[in-house]
Amino acid sequence: MSKPQERPSTARRGFLGVAAAAIGGVMLAPGIQLIEIARAAAPVPGAGTAAPGATAANPKVRWGMLIDTNKCAAGCTDCVTACNTENGLPGTTRPTDPQWIRKIEIKQIATGRVSSAPVMCQHCAEPPCVDVCPTGASFKRADGIVLVDRHSCIGCRYCVMACPYKARSFVHEDVVDQKPDVPRGKGCVEGCTLCVHRIDQGNPTTACAEACAKAGHGAILFGDLNDAASEIARRVREIHTTQLRADLKLDPGVRYHGI
Amino acid sequence: MRTAADTRNFWLLAGLGGLITAIGLGAAHYMELHGHIVTGMTNQVVWGLPHVFAIFMVVAASGVLNVASIGSVFGQPVYKPRAPLSGLLCLALLAGGLMVLMLDLGRPERIIVAATHYNFKSVFAWNVILYSGMAGIVAVYLWTMFERRFNSHTRAVGVAALVWRFALTTGTGSIFGFLVARQAYQSALLAPLFIVLSFGWGLAVFHIVQAAMYGWNDRLLTPQVQRRMARLLGVFIAASLYLVAVYHLTNLYFARQGAFEAFILLGQAGGALYALLFWGGYVALGAVLPMLLLFHPALAGGRSTLIASGLVVAGAFAWLFVFIIGGQAFPLEIFPGHLVSSTFGDGAVDHYAPSLPELLLGVGGLGAAFLLTTVGVRVLDVMPQDDTTTGPP
Amino acid sequence: MRRIVLAIGLLLVGAVFAADDAGRTPRPVVERAAPGTSCLADPAFMRRNHMDLLKHQRDETVHGGVRGSGHSLKACIDCHASQKTRSVAKAETNFCVSCHSYVAVKIDCFECHTSQPRAVALQGVPK
Repeated sequence: MSKPQERPSTARRGFLGVAAAAIGGVMLAPGIQLIEIARAAAPVPGAGTAAPGATAANPKVRWGMLIDTNKCAAGCTDCVTACNTENGLPGTTRPTDPQWIRKIEIKQIATGRVSSAPVMCQHCAEPPCVDVCPTGASFKRADGIVLVDRHSCIGCRYCVMACPYKARSFVHEDVVDQKPDVPRGKGCVEGCTLCVHRIDQGNPTTACAEACAKAGHGAILFGDLNDAASEIARRVREIHTTQLRADLKLDPGVRYHGI
Repeated sequence: MRTAADTRNFWLLAGLGGLITAIGLGAAHYMELHGHIVTGMTNQVVWGLPHVFAIFMVVAASGVLNVASIGSVFGQPVYKPRAPLSGLLCLALLAGGLMVLMLDLGRPERIIVAATHYNFKSVFAWNVILYSGMAGIVAVYLWTMFERRFNSHTRAVGVAALVWRFALTTGTGSIFGFLVARQAYQSALLAPLFIVLSFGWGLAVFHIVQAAMYGWNDRLLTPQVQRRMARLLGVFIAASLYLVAVYHLTNLYFARQGAFEAFILLGQAGGALYALLFWGGYVALGAVLPMLLLFHPALAGGRSTLIASGLVVAGAFAWLFVFIIGGQAFPLEIFPGHLVSSTFGDGAVDHYAPSLPELLLGVGGLGAAFLLTTVGVRVLDVMPQDDTTTGPP
Repeated sequence: MRRIVLAIGLLLVGAVFAADDAGRTPRPVVERAAPGTSCLADPAFMRRNHMDLLKHQRDETVHGGVRGSGHSLKACIDCHASQKTRSVAKAETNFCVSCHSYVAVKIDCFECHTSQPRAVALQGVPK
């Protein structure tokens, strides 16, 4: 090299150094605040000042459903209507509308046998939606109900991608006139809650099961799978039931009879 | 020596980039205000055009750093002077891609929640750390290159950057690879596929930016350097095509994947668009034609390399559209062996049509990357200086 | 010297603007809670800590299933809903909105939660 080495000016570097340190300090300071917010926000499940009759999530319980497709009437949508009314859902079926439960009509290709059944969140014991949620908003409660904590949901829709049953819906527009027990809003993901607000307040069954019984079909049975004496536990011991996509080994809490 | 024309051109380009970015931000605001009802996304196709743009950018960001890695880690002298530009492009593309990804969230104002609440079983949670860490490492990498007394550390930081970006791109591929439910994904092959795709897409972007910089400054890339880089791009395209072929061939072997492969490859059952994009967009325009332009002795050259790079980028978008959106449009198989119908689109192929706000947001991300690159090139000394004498660089 | 005078001058002007809030920002109207109810804690404590109480309670409710607590949002609304609008957030003088707009702290609770008391929300016909 034949070029003479010049003394580089250090004044500008000095300024950049101070500026970088200042910016670093300004950016870090709120972060330290955030750590406090995060610590404070960590959920602390425990005894609150609960009103009498309210039950907390009991880890000994596993809520589940038994759906008898032989009793499910093709064309009947009472369970869907009841769910929509109970949870304040719009009830319309555009591709962007949320559907927590839907009736499916299936025909076996090989045999031509036709069935109908309701499909909702299967409340798996190993839910893929819980695994993929980056903030932990999608979670499984102690009693087996899989829910979305809409305070933490950022609306990334990864859980919608992960669910094998298309159980989750994304809220595409503003929501008004919510039911007081079922807060829901734009930008979050939602799905069947097994009427957790009713169950926690001592109600014995879900809206869909109740409506199906009222319509005279009795195709949906809700109950505690862990309680050997409950009706659902007895029924699944007696009759043959399957889980949807059992090959995925997700162990859903919803079982089907007749398909 | 900077001329008045240079300065005017800089401000024009920066203004253009700023305008495109601002329009993208405006589109994001519109989407946030009204909800995703204003987009083409539905409950079946929940990740739309913005994700195609975002994933291209973050994968290309990882791949463009390859140029620096080949120089710093593997000691190839031709690539060493290209390392600073490679680092700058990595940061710019990363910023642009993450901007689109975060603004497409249902609740973008809750990024703080994503940054403070982590479910470490989720690849997304890991990606928050991997992506922001990448920016930090590349910043340090650039610093070791620019600060003369830290040049001795460039190799060590280069190795760290290499390892980090392998983890990052593995994470990006695993976003899809870990999804057991969908026939398009659920494959361990996706992580290495994304890594190889990143090499090709990143190098293509580098070629385009380098050609623009050289053309703008009336410089010429020496034929030897040109040939080496062109051949390298060709090798990456071939490797990508190989892995995509293996992925589809394996799927074709499984009877249960037959309907999905017919949908994507043959366009059956409503998949015509995806078949067209795959064969025409990715295979023909995005792989075969570029390889011809890069390897054929009569066609190879500077202009061919530039055209090939552009085609690779176009093919990347086509492949990502088929992969991300085609993978969602095909219905979930909840009842194998049955025909299904419902009010929720079970058993039916969803017809996704991108909307204008989605396109503007995606292009806005490209604009942000462009703006950052323009400013970076102006402010930093990243122009590759090839030593044309026979001495050591 | 000139710069110091300018700086002091700007500070004084700013102080004048900050001090004068008569008519520019309406002071919060804290509507009386429903008759026959009692305060959970004294107003000063609630003003400072209601957000922590709500945040703690929401985790217990969502994750733990504990409902019906006095600290729940539904309980707040049942007592504090305005007699006129039957809501805590519909009009600018309603309980939550008036204080929050005064201190310029945006809340997004009512994007998801109904702002009406249970009795009204359940009997009202949704639009």
